[in-house]
Amino acid sequence: MASTGFLAVALKSRRPEILSQWTEQLERASASAKGRVSAQDLKAQAKDFLDVLVSTSQTQDTTDISAPGWQPVRSFLEDLSRQRVLAGFSSDETAIFIFSLKRPVFEALKKESGKDSEGLSEEMWKATELLDKLGLHTVKTFQLSREEVIGRQQTELLELSTPVVKLWDGILALPMIGTLDSARTQIVMESLLQKIVETESQIAIIDITGVPTVDTLVAQHLLKTVTAIRLMGADCIISGVRPQIAQTIVHLGVDLQGITTKANLADALALALKRNGISFTKH
Amino acid sequence: MDRIPILRMGEFLLVTIQVDMHDQLAMQLQDDLTRAIDKKGAKGVLIDISALEMVDSFIGRMIADISGMARILDARTVLVGMQPAVAITLVELGLSLPGVATALNVERGMVLLRRLLAESSGDDHFINR
Repeated sequence: MASTGFLAVALKSRRPEILSQWTEQLERASASAKGRVSAQDLKAQAKDFLDVLVSTSQTQDTTDISAPGWQPVRSFLEDLSRQRVLAGFSSDETAIFIFSLKRPVFEALKKESGKDSEGLSEEMWKATELLDKLGLHTVKTFQLSREEVIGRQQTELLELSTPVVKLWDGILALPMIGTLDSARTQIVMESLLQKIVETESQIAIIDITGVPTVDTLVAQHLLKTVTAIRLMGADCIISGVRPQIAQTIVHLGVDLQGITTKANLADALALALKRNGISFTKH
Repeated sequence: MDRIPILRMGEFLLVTIQVDMHDQLAMQLQDDLTRAIDKKGAKGVLIDISALEMVDSFIGRMIADISGMARILDARTVLVGMQPAVAITLVELGLSLPGVATALNVERGMVLLRRLLAESSGDDHFINR
């Protein structure tokens, strides 16, 4: 159904005045966001958006912005929110872009309707609905983009926190930092096992100095990793067990039998070297 | 029907699994291997699974079983070249294969096998890895 109401007509015929009022509103609202977007850019964005909105509203039904015909408007707003996320805008600063359009549109409608107050309220309602939906869509995209950024940071952190280092020929070490959960253990396990295959290392040292707490779940993850390493044909030493953690493990009744544990990495390395038949003498 | 070849190297048997194991093939291997240990009087079995990319609980248990059977027939088994994905799968399935000796590659496996045999002919303290 094509829109025949005078919302579309008003948008088209009074575009210049809507634009000038809107940019005024935007400039006032964006005083707090100064520096992140220039007045010129803002003006250009407003103009471009109004162009898209006007041309779309001439042919499309204004009550359903999820229709394919609204695609240009939606993608314009999506791009805008994404840009604003990257520029460090808050969600309300982003949403105000759409919501500040309300007043100019209402003014235009009022002038367009003349004396027809019934038609005016009807069209006002339509306009409110349309602008609210567009605003919500903007905020939604804003949040999605934010979440994307957070997700990317999480994976980066994950990769950063699990480096496998080669200490000696045939000896690998994995200094674990941060809380161990299932997802991290999986990644840690995979990267360690892969490295064992690549370097043909016989001994892997897992250092848990940087692990703040050990509960039954963490202990179970550690046991799994150790078992997987053993299945591959390498040995595993766990080092960096702090006194409190030793106490917790015993209190929890976790059975670490059959696993070599050492208080610190130096002891573990000494043992690993000994097992590989390497010895040092002091001069 | 295809079979997994069992090669003889001195007093050892070498089994290289290079195809995807299905249950029938696994049973056949169990049968062939125990027979070969008996017939050839082998003292050690080296199973190379470096080409095996998928395991299920059945294959996992079969590997543990073979090791146990060989032990009864007085032969030691060393499992070599397990892929990381396979190791993780077995652990997640709860199959930690206790009592099965493992090594990173065939060469190391041979060294381990010789050591295990030397130890079991001497004192019995260090057999458990």
